[in-house]
Amino acid sequence: MINRIEVSSRISIAQAINVYTIKKNLNKNQLKEIALSLTNPVYQKFTINKPTLISKFTWAIETGFLPGVTDNVANTVKEIIKDQLKIKFVGDEDVFSSQLLLIDGKLEEKDVIKISQGLINPLINRIHFKSQKQYLKDNGMNKIAPQVKLTSANQVDEVNLNISDEELTAIGKSGIKNKDGSSRGPLALDLSYMKAIKKHFDKLGRNPTDIELESIAQTWSEHCHHTIFADPIDEIKDGLFNYYIKRATVEIRERKSRDLCTSVFTDNSGAFKFDKDYIISHKVETHNSPSALDPFGGAITGIVGVNRDTIGFDMGAKPIVNYFGFCFAYPSLKSPLFRDQEKKQPLLSPRRIMDGVVAGVNSGGNCSGIPTPQGFLYFDNKYQGKPLVFVGTMGLLPVKSSAIKKARPGDYVVVIGGRVGQDGIHGATFSSEALSSGSPAGAVQIGDPITQKKLSDAIVKEARDQKLYNSITDNGAGGISCSVAEMAKESNGCLVNLEKVPLKYPGLEPWKVWISESQERMTLAVPKNKWKKFSELMISRDVEATIIGKFNNSGRCVVNYHKKTIMDINMRFLHDGLPVRPMKTVPVKNVFKEPIIPQQKNLNEVLLKMMQRLNVTGFGFISSQYDHEVQANSVIKPLQGEGKINGETSVVRPIFNSSHAVAISQGLYPSYSEINCYQMAGASIDTAIRNLVAAGTNPDKIFLLDNFCWCSSNDPQRLYQLKKAAEACYDFAKIYETPFISGKDSMFNDFKGYDEKGNSIKISVPPTLLISSIGIIEDVFKTVSIDVKFPGDLIYILGETKDELGGSEYFAMNKYVGNNVPKVDGQKNKKLYLDFFKASQKQLISSAISVTRGGLGVALVKTALAGKLGIEISLNKFHGKQTRNDFTLFSESQGRILVTINPKNKKEFEKIMKENAIKEIGKVTNNQRLIINGLDNKKVVDLNLKEIEKAYKSTFKDY
Amino acid sequence: MIKPKVLILSGYGLNCEDETKYAFELAGGQGQIVHINDLIKNKRLLDDFQIMAIPGGFAYGDDTGSGNAYGLKLRNHLWENISKFVTKDKLVIGICNGFQVLVNLGLVPALNKKYGERQVALLPNESTRYTTGWFDFKVISDTPWLAGIKEISLPIAHGEGKFFANKEVLNEINKKNLVVLKYSNINPTGTLENIAGITDESKRIFGLMPHPERAMFFTQLPNWPLLKEKLLRDGEKFPKFGPGLQIFKNGVNYFK
Repeated sequence: MINRIEVSSRISIAQAINVYTIKKNLNKNQLKEIALSLTNPVYQKFTINKPTLISKFTWAIETGFLPGVTDNVANTVKEIIKDQLKIKFVGDEDVFSSQLLLIDGKLEEKDVIKISQGLINPLINRIHFKSQKQYLKDNGMNKIAPQVKLTSANQVDEVNLNISDEELTAIGKSGIKNKDGSSRGPLALDLSYMKAIKKHFDKLGRNPTDIELESIAQTWSEHCHHTIFADPIDEIKDGLFNYYIKRATVEIRERKSRDLCTSVFTDNSGAFKFDKDYIISHKVETHNSPSALDPFGGAITGIVGVNRDTIGFDMGAKPIVNYFGFCFAYPSLKSPLFRDQEKKQPLLSPRRIMDGVVAGVNSGGNCSGIPTPQGFLYFDNKYQGKPLVFVGTMGLLPVKSSAIKKARPGDYVVVIGGRVGQDGIHGATFSSEALSSGSPAGAVQIGDPITQKKLSDAIVKEARDQKLYNSITDNGAGGISCSVAEMAKESNGCLVNLEKVPLKYPGLEPWKVWISESQERMTLAVPKNKWKKFSELMISRDVEATIIGKFNNSGRCVVNYHKKTIMDINMRFLHDGLPVRPMKTVPVKNVFKEPIIPQQKNLNEVLLKMMQRLNVTGFGFISSQYDHEVQANSVIKPLQGEGKINGETSVVRPIFNSSHAVAISQGLYPSYSEINCYQMAGASIDTAIRNLVAAGTNPDKIFLLDNFCWCSSNDPQRLYQLKKAAEACYDFAKIYETPFISGKDSMFNDFKGYDEKGNSIKISVPPTLLISSIGIIEDVFKTVSIDVKFPGDLIYILGETKDELGGSEYFAMNKYVGNNVPKVDGQKNKKLYLDFFKASQKQLISSAISVTRGGLGVALVKTALAGKLGIEISLNKFHGKQTRNDFTLFSESQGRILVTINPKNKKEFEKIMKENAIKEIGKVTNNQRLIINGLDNKKVVDLNLKEIEKAYKSTFKDY
Repeated sequence: MIKPKVLILSGYGLNCEDETKYAFELAGGQGQIVHINDLIKNKRLLDDFQIMAIPGGFAYGDDTGSGNAYGLKLRNHLWENISKFVTKDKLVIGICNGFQVLVNLGLVPALNKKYGERQVALLPNESTRYTTGWFDFKVISDTPWLAGIKEISLPIAHGEGKFFANKEVLNEINKKNLVVLKYSNINPTGTLENIAGITDESKRIFGLMPHPERAMFFTQLPNWPLLKEKLLRDGEKFPKFGPGLQIFKNGVNYFK
């Protein structure tokens, strides 16, 4: 029997009515007790199996989830009922949550449909509506239990590979064929891979089963294996990763007298030694494709997923900081795109994607109790087809808890956390493809941060230090097919009994159980003699833990299903059997039109306009909804100074009784990519490092992470750009001696679909490289903030300013790209950063802000607004080469820091900095004005701070 | 001198237990984090403690209303022990999510000693959005927890902190001076009468929305770099601690 409890507010009729549908036989008293426990008597009332009635409404709209979509509220309600009534849910008894709106107003059915569309995402939500008349006639809404009903269970199919190349290609592209002719979804295996698989099974004298082929596809996917970075490219036999990224780290570590790296590239996160007792890890992931389909779900599973890269790092690190970066199309953009020619599958609008992604990271971070101080927004309409959603997590691990992961033969294969459902099938292979109408909706997932929080606490606060397991890893892309097979490398083999895997609902085919990406799960190797203690601990923490098999040293990955072997693959073939695909690049040099921008005597309006640009403006609405104080580690917050201005760098102090702090930041310049990817990468690295240095970080203790989000990575010109960017990564990491500790790539951020007129269209993201930086500040009190502090303080610009505006925000504002992209002089900058560090260690720096996108003009505004004090400077005679006021003000020349100092420190500061290009340019004033005198010392900007602040904070005012 | 013992609850999404424990220990107490399921297994453990703290967090993801599910679990399994605890000369503090739990459990305001009766509620913020930031508060009535404090700056971080009570309850709470903490100038959540913290009639049970444990160090203050620069120029030393620590000291000192 299906019961329906509706809980409504007594004090606000505008609020949605919470509906709890309970599929279970319950008597009147039980139902009443449940309803009471779901209702706050202070302001709510309830109905049981009766409709909520209010005096005035015309339509009833109910929204809920589609069958199988994670329903966190329902799970909590089920827990409440079980605890309250001491009863169990068996078979298909279950709880479902939904929300009912009773709305008033003269609305036609078509209006209601339109309103409904704004309330839901059809990929995850269901919606029902009734007119008032119908609602009253039917005695309310229908009782619906949205359950997954599957009939195809137990089926294991053989996949015949003795077919033509065309047919092999088709299977690789669209997936294994079902009996009804439909395809199961992308395997992302090209013909060379399909042929290698065919050859392998030919030798065995049999065809693969569906689960075997799916498993190989997961393991060999670009998403998991990073073949584009691994395979030979032009003359580079070792591939880009080994030759540029990894080699830089290896060589830096060899040379550096005190190598602090503890884990690079091999584990779930990169890590370095923080002090004698602690290790800090960092990892940055992307969740682009899922966020394009369901922004909230994609973003929350992204952030909660990268948290698991921390929990699964080493023997389990505690997530202590979350980090984000979002690249969107302009939220105002209104040119709809469709996945299909019939225009039945619209892409979500940029604004909805933005709102959903922002909310997803909010929910994931806040619910998990992990502070999210640091992040950035970047806008370009080339992100309309696929947004980029970067999510990162820093972790903390005591040195004494660290150990080498080693699943041993005989250890149990144990999965803990959430259950497996149909959600997230083909996530790994899907994200290795361009987004199109064939993209599987099943790839959509919703996160459940509380299930993961319970798991995380049980592991990193208890099981880890009781040494109850030998190895641990995250279930991310490819689900257990990847995590178990990966961990089985440690022991060299495994046997899994797939029927033991706990499912959300019955009827899931074995191949789906194996590759499902259902969230909040980890895989562990638990020794037999520790199982009892481990299991008891998990039960007491309400974390489901299940033995699903055993690790062995058979050299094979074997999966049984109800005692029948359905997968038996040689470990070496599974991991290393994929053929090498050498790539060739074709050099590309784009030349853009040189901008023609009339010179203006007064730049007031130009500066105000600049401060409103999406890529410059304040995003306080995000900073003030992402908790950055939890865990009590905040030192430099996302909004700095009395004026609450977004800085480039955040600082945390993770250990309460240590003076050490950690600073994190990033650099990203996709607007330079089409001009010169080498300089783009150089600028990104220089910025990521400089941002940390300006906050007082020791330049000798900085580590980098790379995230390449490329497009059309089968195009030789795109590959050339990739190669140049990777080359720059090597060159600049070497100069600054900042090792890469972790990286990730996402190579096909393209959208193929249709525009409003049904014309086919391809939108690719600009080649995007995110360099994330993390570094150590040994004495937290020597941290430097961006806000100017006292009138009379002297202002300096450190570094050279040139007319380098190619790809700049100023050119973009004038609708140009230009060509003269900033060129990084690493050696000069390095010297500057080391000397700056000396000055900051002597506490000679009152404030410092790194000059980045939008140039000096933006930096001046931000430092003044943050300190709520005026500034007067002159652009006259900077180091470098300047030709025009506007170019000087908005040049994005790298290697520059804007500094204020106490006049008393002038001599000492200048002495320390004497071998660098530094120039005193003006003073902090008492008059609440920003005054900039031009190259000829005539006033070009004279603005009241209030006016500038209004502009700077206007763009996202209503967000 | 024996250090007062503080039990800090954890589990199911509470997440500020570590820093709350640290704050109590800095203040001179002896903290122990106890998972709710361990306390249910060993109910008499509570008797060993002088202070019970329900820290901030996101218990059960705020599903069915913040603090509701965790409150129900405490009520179902530990009510006898908790009601015994609160009638003795002991202290209870609920911070943020902990305050929401206290309200649902009916430990505050518990007018007319009706412990267990829900009398007030903490509703979703007026903005319907999770809000975080530093604000100024004023102490308007006494409780051992706020002894010696008149004004204090603390950070908040919550989605449901809008205090609500019906007129009669509100009048009685005001009459009995149970509202102890209010926002001074800005009211970021639309909370009724700027209310940010209340107590029961004994004044020993204290629930508040802001997080004092996030203000225990000087370097947690939003303007500490400015304060530091000023002290530096005045030739003075930097303080180590922040204003929030006093609340934990007050709790610990109650037993000295």
